[in-house]
Amino acid sequence: MQPSADTFPALLETRGLTKVFGKLTACDAIDLTIGRGEIHALLGENGAGKSTLVKMLFGSLEPSAGAIMWAGQPVRIAAPSEARKLGIGMVFQHFSLFEALTAAENIALSLPERTPVSAIAEKARALSAAYGLPVDPSMLVGDLSVGERQRIEIIRCLLQEPQLIILDEPTSVLTPQEADRLFETLERLRGEGKSILYISHRLDEVKRLCDAATVLRHGKVVAHCRPREETAASLARMMVGNTVPAVTRDTLPIKPDAPALLEVRALSRPPATPFSIPLRDIALTVHGGEIVGIAGVAGNGQGELFEAVSGEALQVDAGTIRIRGKDAGRLSISGRRLLGAAFVPEERLGHGAAPAMRLSENLLLSRHRTDRRTFFGRLGVVFAGAVRKASQRVVEQMDVRKSAVDPEAAALSGGNLQKFIVGRELDRRPAVIVINQPTWGVDAGAAARIRQALVELARGGSAVLVISQDLDELFEIADFIAVMHDGRLSKPMPRGEATSEAIGLLMGGAEPGHAGHVGAAA
Amino acid sequence: MRFELVKRQQHSKLFSALSPFLALALTLVCGALIFATQGKSPVDGLYTYFVEPLLEVWSLHELAIKAAPLILIAVGLSVCFLSNNWNIGAEGQFIMGAIAGSILPVMFPTFQNGFVLPLMLIMGMLGGAAYAGIPALLKTRFGTNEILTSLMLVYVAQSFLDWLTRGPWRDPEGNNFPLTRRFHPDAVLPEVLPSSGSAHWGIVFAVVAAVLVWFMISRTVKGFEVRVLGASPRAGRFAGFSAKRMVFFAFLLSGALAGLAGISEAAGAIGYLQPVISPGYGFTAIIVAFLGRLNPLGIVAAGLVLALTYLGGEAAQISLGLSDKVARVFQGMLLFFVLGCDTLIHYRIRLVRDAVAARVS
Repeated sequence: MQPSADTFPALLETRGLTKVFGKLTACDAIDLTIGRGEIHALLGENGAGKSTLVKMLFGSLEPSAGAIMWAGQPVRIAAPSEARKLGIGMVFQHFSLFEALTAAENIALSLPERTPVSAIAEKARALSAAYGLPVDPSMLVGDLSVGERQRIEIIRCLLQEPQLIILDEPTSVLTPQEADRLFETLERLRGEGKSILYISHRLDEVKRLCDAATVLRHGKVVAHCRPREETAASLARMMVGNTVPAVTRDTLPIKPDAPALLEVRALSRPPATPFSIPLRDIALTVHGGEIVGIAGVAGNGQGELFEAVSGEALQVDAGTIRIRGKDAGRLSISGRRLLGAAFVPEERLGHGAAPAMRLSENLLLSRHRTDRRTFFGRLGVVFAGAVRKASQRVVEQMDVRKSAVDPEAAALSGGNLQKFIVGRELDRRPAVIVINQPTWGVDAGAAARIRQALVELARGGSAVLVISQDLDELFEIADFIAVMHDGRLSKPMPRGEATSEAIGLLMGGAEPGHAGHVGAAA
Repeated sequence: MRFELVKRQQHSKLFSALSPFLALALTLVCGALIFATQGKSPVDGLYTYFVEPLLEVWSLHELAIKAAPLILIAVGLSVCFLSNNWNIGAEGQFIMGAIAGSILPVMFPTFQNGFVLPLMLIMGMLGGAAYAGIPALLKTRFGTNEILTSLMLVYVAQSFLDWLTRGPWRDPEGNNFPLTRRFHPDAVLPEVLPSSGSAHWGIVFAVVAAVLVWFMISRTVKGFEVRVLGASPRAGRFAGFSAKRMVFFAFLLSGALAGLAGISEAAGAIGYLQPVISPGYGFTAIIVAFLGRLNPLGIVAAGLVLALTYLGGEAAQISLGLSDKVARVFQGMLLFFVLGCDTLIHYRIRLVRDAVAARVS
């Protein structure tokens, strides 16, 4: 018998749950109610506040305000161990398993007492049979597939007999067949009255599996709904926002004779690690004067595409990437920069900039080859004065606010560092720029400055490729928008024809051909 | 109940600079305690150990002789460690450099002219570099851990030298002692100041190498590459630097410097090869590199300090009757305290009263 919500309080309820990081409100007065025996979806784009919310529920982060009610009682969850004691279990997106140990030994590691491994293996075997999670506890984790590893994580979670299981994008690493098996398991758990908080971007899964959904956008709850009563299109609209924002920029007439400065032809790439997405037959052309935007939910191959285009990963066939008409697929990132291309990666600290190095040194990071004559003398001796001058020029042009003359990159705020990193590339007047998440985690002022700079660069005749999860941003600056999903890229559509609905559908995994027929796809 | 290290929000620049001195002070305090437990006066002990060797000219020459290999090796290791390559096998590269450099005077003793010594030095560097190239190749090709491979190759080199000096290279006129023939005069590294003492040109090589590498690290684009790849490998790749080539650069450079130290020791301080030619210079140099904050100029100072522990160990053996292993104890304490100070500058200790093991995540 399943207790009904009328007689019992909801299993978990949050009221006005808020988390503030400095100036950023990551979660703003979140109300969430998860009933018993309910699979509850948490929907939202990256940066919408999903992970912050989950971390508060699992005790990794302390809320700034608001209350969490467990079975009607207010609780304070100060640590993951307390969450587990209450009956909250979590299966993380990226697993924490030791490959050199067996499945049972890995499970034993997470248990508080020194239970004999053989007893654990026995329990795990029983659970695995009961919930349709086939995995042999005596196998070495290193020999298991990603799906099997996830099953170990789920079994590990189930051993603690949780009432609520949080699953963070569980299908992002699974094959469709493995995902189907997972759904069966989840339905079985629901049948036993356990509740599941299911975080996903995949609208079809949510529609199929979930009883209720809470949609977050920019840290706020924008809707509570019943996914089965919604269409994929209406869910997508809730996620990405209802309105197409006002266009703040004149549509430039695209010159028909503008040269194709960046061409990607039939680019495919096998996954480099179990967690990366293969690229499948990507084709794209960016002409001079154009800004092409690539939308998509994070983890659909954008990072892999950036690596392939930038030359951090080389292609087999030189012709798959062409920069200013020259085959660049076999060129290193320096070689591609010498052809006039510039790149801005998603991660600022540790990828776009070395955190412990000074700003002037970080200027050299991407320009030590292209500006060799300006910055180095014989034997590669650095002209410190020239580097400082260039760095100062970037700081002034992009209005980078900093506390010291030449501080370490890590000392700058995210927005200011991003302005510096973008400015460092723009200072070269590149013919092609590829920029991944240009304003991710950046305050509004810096974001506006960066977008303005990209628009100006395109007006000057350069080709700009922007990869972004922020649809508003793409609608604001891009001439064409394409969507990346599962390693595939849709055909770019002119901004005038793109609607947030169509883009949202493509982001959720609809076939590109169906994008126009939203009603039918739903 | 357990201890946890919690990262400090900010680390003190002052204490970062003071760290080697703090470590030295702590080592002296513990050294005094050790002398006391051995029934010796701590004051006398420390005086014999750290002051007396500095009071006589011949002893200062000894200091230079001991410091030269330490500095040469540590300077090379600083490039390795800065670029995140953990070459622990400098001892083996030192030995292989000595062997490669000794080919001429041992196997071709009749080849005597002014070219012999420069050729020996070059061959010593090539030998050390080639031997360091093995862990580099294994790391880049097969992803093996260079700490293990470079360390294990030390024992191979030691055994190889042992076999050479007892077997094929043994001096036929040496009464069956496991020694090679004595190097002829053209093959001996001369003294810097023959009138005042025995310090050979090794110390000059060491200082020159330190200055050159310091210039490279701090003033050139190559040094920038070393530091970027060491501090942020992904940013280094974004910069277009090749981590694999850096593995070779760091290993070959440090191998060459260790090899130069080896042949300088053989041709300068010893004058022949014997089964054991190093009192652990290659390992002690790791301490030197860290005590010198991986800065080649700091390494010159640190090399002199560690050389003093060797001399002090000998002095303590002679005048206090303590085992010469005391030198190893001092060296170990020094490394322990340097690493300890550095850790506590970046982390603070927190006591956690919680019996439940943390989740493995």
